[in-house]
Amino acid sequence: MSAEPRLVEVRKNVLKQNDVVARVLRERFREAGVLAVSLVSSPGSGKTAFLEKMLTTLRPRYRVAALVGDLATENDAVRLARSRAPVKQIITGTICHLEAAMVQNALEGWDINQLDFLFIENVGNLVCPSSYDLGEDLRFVLLSVTEGEDKPLKYPTIFNSADVAVITKWDLAAAVEFDEATTRRNIQAVRPGMEVLTVSAKTHQGMAECLEFLELRRKGSRVAIAF
Amino acid sequence: MHELSIALSIVEMAQEEAEIRGDVRVQAVHLQLGLLSGVVKEALLSCYEMACEATPLEGSKLLIEEIPVEVFCPQCGIPRVIRSIQWFCCPECGTPTPTVLRGKELEVVALEIKE
Repeated sequence: MSAEPRLVEVRKNVLKQNDVVARVLRERFREAGVLAVSLVSSPGSGKTAFLEKMLTTLRPRYRVAALVGDLATENDAVRLARSRAPVKQIITGTICHLEAAMVQNALEGWDINQLDFLFIENVGNLVCPSSYDLGEDLRFVLLSVTEGEDKPLKYPTIFNSADVAVITKWDLAAAVEFDEATTRRNIQAVRPGMEVLTVSAKTHQGMAECLEFLELRRKGSRVAIAF
Repeated sequence: MHELSIALSIVEMAQEEAEIRGDVRVQAVHLQLGLLSGVVKEALLSCYEMACEATPLEGSKLLIEEIPVEVFCPQCGIPRVIRSIQWFCCPECGTPTPTVLRGKELEVVALEIKE
């Protein structure tokens, strides 16, 4: 045994396993022509209500399905099943986020070639999900008008990791004196150029724009495949 | 709180790397941690100790090098380190930029081993 410790180079990404699975998933989604959209937010921002509305709105024209992560219950899957779209619950137990392997396992038995849109609802948490790539094409971060305008500044990492910000519960904006301009400014500070959508799952306000956005993105990814 | 599962992965990775190198003892793990990695340094340090318990790495140190967030400024045409992760813009000219070049690292860069 030599007395002096020596330094050996390793250079390995700690989340390599997750990233490898995420890459495989992304490739599968691309080949199948399905647009995979994940949703992240704090608990109670309205992910499930938004998703239920999205599934119901998209379903007459598109083949849609959803995976929903939850720590303990199947309540979300039960709620979403009302949209009549295929829904599978991922119960994470004590784990506070979804990982790519959980998505991969949950997809077993589904033929994703038969899908146009796949939604993946993450566990309600604005911290942990930011580190884990799920292979999604788009990550939506939801923020409800009741939460406060500074949420993007409090959780810059997750907002920066997302592609689209969706401001939910828009029907309550006036009642809670929601400051839209400040919120938009804070979103742009942590992720310049980020698309911002405003929606109300209750009144349907903004849902048409959201739908249009998703349709465009899906066409865009199809075009990218064609070339 | 996902730092424990990250710490477990680090310990597992270090153990595998050590085994490849034969009969060695890991004294320290050098980790690069980006400010945008979504992992909190202090939480990771305390979880690391827990994760090492009853493994060959028990008593080893986790040495963390924090990596600042570097963006590309389209105006200046060069990489710049941002002053705060609440403000993604060039610290010199103020141009907003979403292009992140560094700062998401979560990487075991080296091990200190004793043969």
